[in-house]
Amino acid sequence: MWSWVGHRVTGVAIFFFLLVHVLDTALVRVSPEAYNVVIATYKNPFMALLEAGLVAAIVFHAFNGLRVILVDFWKKGPKYQAQLLWGVVGLWVLVMVPFLIRHLTLAFTGGH
Amino acid sequence: MAVTSEIQAPRSGRIAPKYTRHGSSRGNFEMLAWLFMRVSGLVLVVLVFGHLFVNLMVGEGVHAIDFGFVAGKWADPFWQIWDLAMLWLAMLHGTNGVRTIINDYADKDGTRFWLKSVLYAATAVIIVLGTLVIFTFDPCPPNAAAELLPSFCPAP
Repeated sequence: MWSWVGHRVTGVAIFFFLLVHVLDTALVRVSPEAYNVVIATYKNPFMALLEAGLVAAIVFHAFNGLRVILVDFWKKGPKYQAQLLWGVVGLWVLVMVPFLIRHLTLAFTGGH
Repeated sequence: MAVTSEIQAPRSGRIAPKYTRHGSSRGNFEMLAWLFMRVSGLVLVVLVFGHLFVNLMVGEGVHAIDFGFVAGKWADPFWQIWDLAMLWLAMLHGTNGVRTIINDYADKDGTRFWLKSVLYAATAVIIVLGTLVIFTFDPCPPNAAAELLPSFCPAP
């Protein structure tokens, strides 16, 4: 039940991000300056934390989505759905730890 | 005297319209939408993870993202097609997901209609805009400051 709630909440959040992301990327069609000015406002620690949250949501939604596919199409999927959720959580940690180390290191040190 | 009775095979005859599982007007749209979520989701895992890895993890990561970075990627048809597929699949996957949520939580017919109208309008605008940007994009726009452009642009 909570995985279902999590899937919906992360899905909606990712969808609204996607709308904004296409709009900001569309600025490359306006001018290099317009795009760079807007992207520069993303390059600060606060936005880096929001990006980390976004990626956390995407990675959960992706792995839980694969779990939903297994439950629907794999004959033993429904029987092992709870164990599969632990698999989702485990894979999520496995991906998020190196991602956070790399992304937050980049965001909080060096760069421009 | 034995009583004879005719035993009908179950579900042998025509099913009354009110018991058919697919409505006549909707066809099997909902089944196709359900299948699309699984197929597009599978493809999106690859496309989105690749997108995040190349843009955030490689090289300078997020610091490298500027006009020159995007121009360098979209000068290559490989990334144009990658991003185009990601745009269409992610928008349709997300739109169908939000459509499901609207159907679940908006009780009034009018509310559902308006929410879905706004949703479909936003989806159409974003897909058309994104597609046009990918295909009409010029990595070396004239009159732009040379230091903002990718290195392969001819010197002004």
